[in-house]
Amino acid sequence: MQKLPQVALVAVAIGCGLLAGASTAQSNNQSGDATIKEIEKYRQALGDGNPAELWEARGEDLWKKKRGPKNASLEQCDIGVGVGKVKGAYAVLPKYFEDTDKVEDLESRLVTCMVMLQGFSYADAKKNPFGSPERKADMEALVAYVTAESRGMKMNVAGNHPKEKEAYEIGKKMFFHRGGPHDFGCVTCHGADNQRIRLQDLPNLTKKEPAQRAYTSWPAYRVSQGEVRSFQWRLFDCFRQQRFPELDFTSQGSVALTMYLAKNANGGVLSAPSIKR
Amino acid sequence: MKKLHFATLFAGISVALIAPGAIAQKAAPSNADAVMKASFKDRGQAKVDRLDQDETQRLCSQYPEKRPKDVANKIEKLNLALVKYPSDGKLLGDWKEGEKIAQSGVGKQFSDNPANPSGGNCYACHQLSKEEISFGNIGPSLYNFGKLRGNTEAIQKYTYGKIYNAQAYSACSNMPRFGHNSILTAEQIKHVTALLLDPNSPVNK
Ligand code: HEC
Ligand code: HEC
Repeated sequence: MQKLPQVALVAVAIGCGLLAGASTAQSNNQSGDATIKEIEKYRQALGDGNPAELWEARGEDLWKKKRGPKNASLEQCDIGVGVGKVKGAYAVLPKYFEDTDKVEDLESRLVTCMVMLQGFSYADAKKNPFGSPERKADMEALVAYVTAESRGMKMNVAGNHPKEKEAYEIGKKMFFHRGGPHDFGCVTCHGADNQRIRLQDLPNLTKKEPAQRAYTSWPAYRVSQGEVRSFQWRLFDCFRQQRFPELDFTSQGSVALTMYLAKNANGGVLSAPSIKR
Repeated sequence: MKKLHFATLFAGISVALIAPGAIAQKAAPSNADAVMKASFKDRGQAKVDRLDQDETQRLCSQYPEKRPKDVANKIEKLNLALVKYPSDGKLLGDWKEGEKIAQSGVGKQFSDNPANPSGGNCYACHQLSKEEISFGNIGPSLYNFGKLRGNTEAIQKYTYGKIYNAQAYSACSNMPRFGHNSILTAEQIKHVTALLLDPNSPVNK
């Protein structure tokens, strides 16, 4: 628990950083350059202390703890690189798993193992996927732990199995699917270079380099929410902004869209859980 | 509270697609639509039927970048026929109300209360006035729009029609069809039209 004081310091730094960022934006008029530099600065200051560490540590405990009706840990779970292995798993997900005959991303695979190994009901394993300060989500802690174990590794999604190929194509179709009252699709906000909504930069996810940068930085500790957010959350919230209905957590479509984005990010170096505004 | 603020901040949005060639989407697996639909649940005002596409949405998804001329013409023609002008014939409202509508990004998300009026969130994508420096760039700058275009009946008609249904003039625009899709009421569109055209509006200062 040596880590704690560092995290507290970081929280203070974030507070200041945000204020500084805001006032810079005001005085700097249209160009966001100074703001971006300011954010870079506090990112660097945070480099060696990300509050996500707390989620990672809690996730590791949850991974190793005997839980559920079968009183078992998750240590016998195969999340992509073999039974009991965590290191490097996130870099190869989503992936086809024979035991379920499905393509699964990290979150859906964790649900599978909670059901198969620990004996939770499917509904119980899926509930409360996104936490709040009052009610932390075990899922986000597990996700933080597993993804941290792939930090520094290159994304390497195979995508050769017929079901993986199918998932990729479905995900791609979802990305370009425009609908709802605003006629939005992912492509509306993430289909061109150097776009901004208000002052918020929007990565072009149809291009390799920005797609890599975006994907490899999730999950992330969101300063504005005080929570670690998973990739499933990122999709859930972008669909909300798209004026679509609620993306069902770990649904086939959510995994397919993740497959499309993850495969496009191949070769990018994972930095998650990162820290974001 | 935090969450709500976040929602408002990012409520608006989108993008101009510039890409070479009339590229159609490769055929997706035949079950793609069914998978997509089964992957969402109704929440608040956002029901799963929002995934269903009208012909415009279908064609724009099929040709996300450039599209054949005949497809673009078809989309514009179809949408032009859908523009409805107000029955009282007046196209200009109050620019001060228009400014509020242009600033507001609420509306139509499952996290929004449908009892409240929606905003237009024009600043999410456009520069409009000199005072507001927090604006996006998905659409072109509209600063001095009225000063440059004038305030003739024809311009009023174009501006109202453009906001009512952007695709009447530009197939597959990333701009929402505010009137056609009932995001804004005729009254609200009049206010925003005034924001763009009224000589006293900050847009034209
Ligand atoms: C209406 C606008 C809008 C739509 C539509 C939209 N997004 Fe986003 N997206 C954003 C905004 C704004 C951000 C930055 C949010 C932030 O930093 O808080 C973002 C961030 C992201 C990121 C993270 C980028 C990063 O570097 O952190 C990913 C990945 C993403 N979106 C994917 C998608 C996908 C996939 C879809 C379609 C399901 C989608 N978005 C639809 C507005 C949108
Ligand atoms: C999600 C992005 C987005 C939003 C929100 C948006 N627009 Fe646009 N707008 C665009 C894009 C992209 C274009 C350029 C393509 C086109 O003409 O449709 C455009 C074009 C226009 C034009 C035509 C400009 C010209 O030179 O003729 C007008 C007028 C306009 N927008 C007004 C508005 C108003 C008023 C609002 C708010 C009620 C608004 N827009 C909201 C994206 C947006």
